[in-house]
Order: sequence, then structure tokens, then C-alpha cells
Amino acid sequence: MPVPDDRKQQPKTTADAKIPGAYEGETVTRRRFMTASAHTAGGIATAAFTLPALGMAFGPVFEKEQVRWEAVGPTEDFPDDTYIPRTITLSPGIGEVGKSTVYVRRYNDTIDSEVKDEYNDYVAITSRCMHLGCPVRYVEASERFICPCHGGVYDREGKVSGGPPVRPLDRFYTRVRDGIVEVGPRYSLNSELRRFSPRDPGQAIDGVGQYLYPSRPSIRKLPGT
Amino acid sequence: MAKLPTTSGTRPRGTRAETTEAPATAPQRNKLQETGVSTIDWLDERTSLSAGARWMMFRKIPKGTNWFYTLGSATMFAFLSQAVTGVFLAMYYDPSATRAYESVRFLTNEVFLGEFVRGMHKWGSTVMVILIFLHMARTFFFGAYKYPRELNWVIGVVLLILTLAMSFTGYLLPFDQRSYWATTVGVAINGTGPLVGPYLSDFLRAGPEFGATTLARFYAIHMLLLPGIIAAMIGAHLYLVARLGTTAPPWIRAESSPELREDSK
Ligand code: HEM
Ligand code: FES
Repeated sequence: MPVPDDRKQQPKTTADAKIPGAYEGETVTRRRFMTASAHTAGGIATAAFTLPALGMAFGPVFEKEQVRWEAVGPTEDFPDDTYIPRTITLSPGIGEVGKSTVYVRRYNDTIDSEVKDEYNDYVAITSRCMHLGCPVRYVEASERFICPCHGGVYDREGKVSGGPPVRPLDRFYTRVRDGIVEVGPRYSLNSELRRFSPRDPGQAIDGVGQYLYPSRPSIRKLPGT
Repeated sequence: MAKLPTTSGTRPRGTRAETTEAPATAPQRNKLQETGVSTIDWLDERTSLSAGARWMMFRKIPKGTNWFYTLGSATMFAFLSQAVTGVFLAMYYDPSATRAYESVRFLTNEVFLGEFVRGMHKWGSTVMVILIFLHMARTFFFGAYKYPRELNWVIGVVLLILTLAMSFTGYLLPFDQRSYWATTVGVAINGTGPLVGPYLSDFLRAGPEFGATTLARFYAIHMLLLPGIIAAMIGAHLYLVARLGTTAPPWIRAESSPELREDSK
């Protein structure tokens, strides 16, 4: 049995409610209208300072980083069987803090499994560990990159050979201009050394990882690579 | 001349206190006391704050209340100490990537009492984290999170997260090797959160790499944003404590009146 609706029928218009001075067909009382206007004005005023401030805080997430190429030395400096450490600037304008070490050598058909193209005549490997970002060091004697933090070890190509790192060491695009090797933007690699837009350390990109850790608007691999 | 703050009801709200001579001032009531009392009276007449203060301070507390109940206040004093020492550290600190380290070195080695105040802030941050966990353990083991105090537990969890966020953002500020690499690792850990992680770490760094504004960003979050939110949250936490009262320890049993006891018949 349906429960009878014994609530009072609400008058549809202010005139029906016998509010003095009601207009014909007016459905909102002036008191409610004023309340709503005051709240809206307050909301707009708050948004007017909150939204620009938030925009400023989150803007860098969507701003594209400029592509920069930095000379690291003449081609004859770099052999194809070992790495030469070079310092490059990742973030200009902040002195030592913005600098980082890259390990550079010439591409070697017998060692390298990354597909050869115009950007890897010289292989430039980051010193940032792909576990959580500590600085790795290339140890000549063992032909390994070794991380001091949690025991991450990488082989000569930068592929993980032990420890917690989730993917091979990132690389930088390189090109040769007038006999000088230049190092450009960073990119990431999956375990088959296929190129991906740069990810942060700790973000796996094999399998479902590439979707769990999407590439970001701020930094992308070069178009067509 | 002045009277002690009167309890509400003796005179209608908004009327002036009587200014007529008080009955023969006791000789031991000196001028200083008079001034103090009349100042408080003046304030109270205009704000009625004494009622609120009494509500907050003269609460009934359950039988069995013990020293463990002071851990919350201890945490609050640790926060106050952080806030005060932090404000004065900020007078010497320079949040720029090229000058931060030097400004902390100067503050530590050259400024009078600088090393001491910095030390209080540095060790105090650890003390605060330890205290907050002890306080949390107390409320947990005493079952104080149960109805009707669930919301206070939730606010407490928010305060815990904010406190840890304070430690994380503060750790970068001295800008030495340890700060830098700990933050690099910390931001990377944060980036391993699926889907949003990569964007969050871009937000924290203000870009894809540790850059020119990362330090200033951490500094603003550390000294303005988080302390403000923490202070507001502590206010809400304490309001609920006063409003709901504290719980008795679990080993205290409610005492029934003797006539109602089965064995007393
Ligand atoms: C209003 C509140 C606060 C202000 C204004 C403030 C300000 C500062 C400033 C200026 C520094 C840099 C100087 C230095 O490194 O010694 C600093 C460092 C630090 N702060 Fe705070 N702080 C506040 C609260 C807190 C709280 C609540 C915590 C943690 C529970 C905390 C944890 C730290 C840590 C761990 C450091 C690094 C200390 C070091 O290694 O020297 N701060 N804070
Ligand atoms: S950061 Fe290299 S192993 Fe953890």
C-alpha cells in the first residue's frame, strides 16, 4: 500500500504563497534570490584568487621543457669499448646543482642492441639510477654501472643485471656537429631497449607499466624516434 | 575598583560593568593586580572570551586519566617550538639553489645562537614525529578512536600526514648533498604512484628535472602552506576533544550505584 504523501503541497509561485508584492509567475522569493546572489558573488571572488594561484602552482606540470643540445667534446675523445664521463647541465641557472654526469662512448655493433639511427652514433647514458635516482658510477674493471644506494647493478649497455632498478639506464639523444658530439634530451628504454618518452626513476615501462606511468606533457621523446 | 570577571547572568549582555567603588579594597591587593584584573575585565566585557576559556580549561575528565593523556599536548608544544624556531631561522635562510647552503652555513657558524636554534628545529622535528606516533598509539590502545570520536581520529591521521610532509619538505632546505639526494629519491618514490605519480613529481619539482624553483617551492610549502593547515587542524582537533570529552582508560569500569548491585541485596 502506498504511503499517503501528507506533506503540504508547496506553492509553485510566490503569488500562490501570498507573499506581499509578488510578481506574476515569480517562482523564487526575493530573499532566496538575494541569498543565492551573495553566495555566488562570494564564490566568484574566491575563485578569482584561488584559480590563478593554483594555475601558477600546477603550470609547470604542463609546460614543455625546451630542447637543448650541449657539446661534450670532439668525436675522437670517445672510444667504442668504454665510457668517458662528461658533465652536462640538466637545469640551467642553478650552478652545480643543475649538472649531471653522462657516460659517453661510440656506438658499437658488437655490443649495442639499441636500433641504430641518426641519434645514437654516440651512446650517452645517464648516471641516474633507475631504481630511485641515486648517482651510478661506471666501473671499468667489472664493466658494470653500480649504484651506491641499494645495490643496483647494470651491464655495459645499461641493462639491469641485478638489484632493485626497474628498467635500463636512461639515455640521451646525441648528434655530431662539426666533429663535436652534442648531447640532447633524455629518453627512457624498456628492457628490449625500445625508446619511450622519459620517465622518472622507479617507473617501470615494460608491459602495463607504460600505461601506469604515462608520459608527461613537460618532457617527451623527439618526434619520430 | 574593577571586579573579577563575572559569570554570565549577573548583568545583561552588552551593559557596562558597574564603575562604582568596590567595597574597601583589601590592603594586600596592590595596584598591579588591580590593573591586571581590570584589563581582563575590560577584554571579557567586550569578547566574552572567559566563558570559552573556562569551557576549554575546566573540563571534567574521567577517572583513571594518567600521564599518557599528555602526549597530545606534548606533540602540540613540539609543533609550537618548530613554528617559533622556524620563523627565526627564516630570518637568515635564503631559498635559492645557489645560496641556500651558504645561508644555512652562515646561520649555523656565525649567527649568535644560530646553531642552537637550528639544532632545536632539527632535533625538534624528530621529537615531534616520535611524539605524534606515541600519541596515536595511546588513542589506539585506549580505544579512544571509537564512537563518537572517529572524526578526531581522522583529523589526527591528516595531522600525521601533514607532519611527515613537513619533515620531507624541510629536509631539502639545508641543501647539502644529503638533502639533495634524499629529495631526489623521495620525489622518485612519490612518482611510483600509478597514474598520478608522474604528474605529482612534476608538480613537486616544478618541472621534469630538479630546477631553479624547486627549492623555493619546497620552502613555501614547508613554512607557509603546511604550518597554516596544521595549525587549523590542531584547532579542530582540540575543539572536538573539549566538545566530546576524553575517554577513560579501558581498565576503568563504570561504577553502578550500590543499591543496584546484585550482591548488595
Ligand atoms: C611554522 C613552522 C615552521 C617553519 C616556519 C619552518 C622553517 C624552516 C626553515 C627556515 C628551515 C631551514 C633551516 C634549517 O635547515 O635549519 C627548516 C628546516 C627543517 N624543518 Fe622546519 N619549519 C617549521 C615547522 C617544521 C615542522 C613541524 C617540522 C617537522 C615535524 C619541520 C622539519 C624540518 C626539518 C627536518 C628541517 C631540516 C633541518 C636541518 O636539517 O637542518 N619544520 N624549517
Ligand atoms: S637508487 Fe640505485 S639502487 Fe636504489
